[in-house]
Amino acid sequence: MNASYPARENWRRWKNQIVLTIITVLALLPAVPLFLILFQLFKEGLSSLSLDFFLHLPAPPGESGGGIANAIVGTIILVGLATLIGVPISVMAGIYLSEYGRAGRLSEVIRVCADVLQGVPSIVIGIVAYAWVVKPLGHFSALSGSVALALMMIPVVVRTTEEVLRLVPDILREASLALGVPYWRTVLKVVLPTGMVGVSTGILIAVARIAGETAPLLFTAFGNQFMTWNPLEPMNALPLVIFNYAMSPYEDWWRQAWGASLVLVLMVLGLNVVSRVLARKIAGEK
Amino acid sequence: MHEERLKNQARYDALFKHLARGMGLLVVLLVAGIFVTLVEESWPAIKAFGLRFLWSTTWDPIALEFGALPFLVGTLVTSLLALVMATPFALAGAIFLGELAPPKIANPVSFIIELLAGIPSVIYGLWALFYLVPTVRYFQMKIGAPPYGLGLFTASLVLAVMILPYAMSVARDVIRLVPSDLKEAAYGLGATRWETIRHVVLPYARSGILAGIVLALGRALGETMAVTMVIGNRSAMPHSLWDLANTMASVIANEFTEATEDVHLAALVEIGLLLFVITVVVNLIARLVIIKTKVQ
Repeated sequence: MNASYPARENWRRWKNQIVLTIITVLALLPAVPLFLILFQLFKEGLSSLSLDFFLHLPAPPGESGGGIANAIVGTIILVGLATLIGVPISVMAGIYLSEYGRAGRLSEVIRVCADVLQGVPSIVIGIVAYAWVVKPLGHFSALSGSVALALMMIPVVVRTTEEVLRLVPDILREASLALGVPYWRTVLKVVLPTGMVGVSTGILIAVARIAGETAPLLFTAFGNQFMTWNPLEPMNALPLVIFNYAMSPYEDWWRQAWGASLVLVLMVLGLNVVSRVLARKIAGEK
Repeated sequence: MHEERLKNQARYDALFKHLARGMGLLVVLLVAGIFVTLVEESWPAIKAFGLRFLWSTTWDPIALEFGALPFLVGTLVTSLLALVMATPFALAGAIFLGELAPPKIANPVSFIIELLAGIPSVIYGLWALFYLVPTVRYFQMKIGAPPYGLGLFTASLVLAVMILPYAMSVARDVIRLVPSDLKEAAYGLGATRWETIRHVVLPYARSGILAGIVLALGRALGETMAVTMVIGNRSAMPHSLWDLANTMASVIANEFTEATEDVHLAALVEIGLLLFVITVVVNLIARLVIIKTKVQ
């Protein structure tokens, strides 16, 4: 420190240095547990991956070996079905918010409801899907799991669709209308394609979010030791395998839980990276 | 012929508008339906226990006597403790990424943090079960606490780790929005970096940061899997941080498929209803704070 400064100035400089150092240290500390999680996930997970792990069905309890083929298939079916249910509803609702009711009272109610739906704990969504689908059908099913996941997906896609479509310049709409194209075709042929990258980004983010959800599946899709393609039967999913195996008393299942986690994380992170690259593409286009 | 087509188009136009509005209405109906379903399904328990459900500490599936207080306490203690543990780090991280670090470091780090926020909670639970629990047990033995490893404290730790990336990225976004002429004015007056942060950046971003913290709280309240895996699942009133306990979400996750009596099931749904109401209130508060910020 410069000795010609008054003591007070020196103190202010010192304080600045000290506080900024503390902030930097505090900021970097949480990286430790977060990196430990990733490190241990890869360390434990990689050692249990093999071709058999992907191709075989689970072994009976207590026996070693076996794989998670049915859970991988199950997760893809559950998420695919949820997307089929959720996306048309949410994209249309998003279109309504952006194209028809920008400032209306109904739109405000819809927006608040979407926010509320997004905040509903996933376990509560599970209870509701149980009451809506499992109880009337009388048994657990993949369909009920997909309904639960679709409920979690809807608010995310509604809000991103609205935000993206709002960014589409009005000039495009006016040009299309001036050519005599009716409004609904303008929305489907001009507005939606222009915002398509953004809408797909939103869908991918939502898919990544629901692919790892466990709580809504506990008493809907329930889990299944066997391979099934039928959405009306109980179905296995990667998050369910991880939970059930982790809580089991068998060491070989713990190993497989790590393997399944690695597969799930790679799926989820892959979707996230793709959606972010897409999002960056939109930003670049502007 | 031409007029017919025009008429058809007008009809399609109206149809499309109604379809879009119908889907919007469906979102509203879904939320209302969730609430109605929860009330309906928990009605046997509401009728049987009334308000006693909220402060009774007995949870006895055999005598069919149910009170939710142990789980309310479990949820509040774990969430608040997690919030207290995570907030200083989240705030420091947000200041570091939003103000101090050069973009070359801040951008990739922010990217990684957002990816971490996307890791499924069951995987945080798996990690906590096999790495955090033994660590906590080791410390408990050192200080002479009952060495369960599982319990309220461990659950709060996992929650803190899980909500941290989330709270941090919300706060960082707000801090980045502080206009640079305000900061430059402070520097121009001779303020140091810390003084600028303390007296310009933080006051400007205050309500946004608060909203981020409240949103993180909402997330912690409803978090199920990671907590279920490490809290110990004991349905009695916890007396210390080392005790095995249950949260509202974890007791539902554990007992829902095993409940054979209707009242037991209804009591679990009523806990779900309470959880729903609490998280909706918390999220609406966060929303109000955000709206207030925008008005400013």
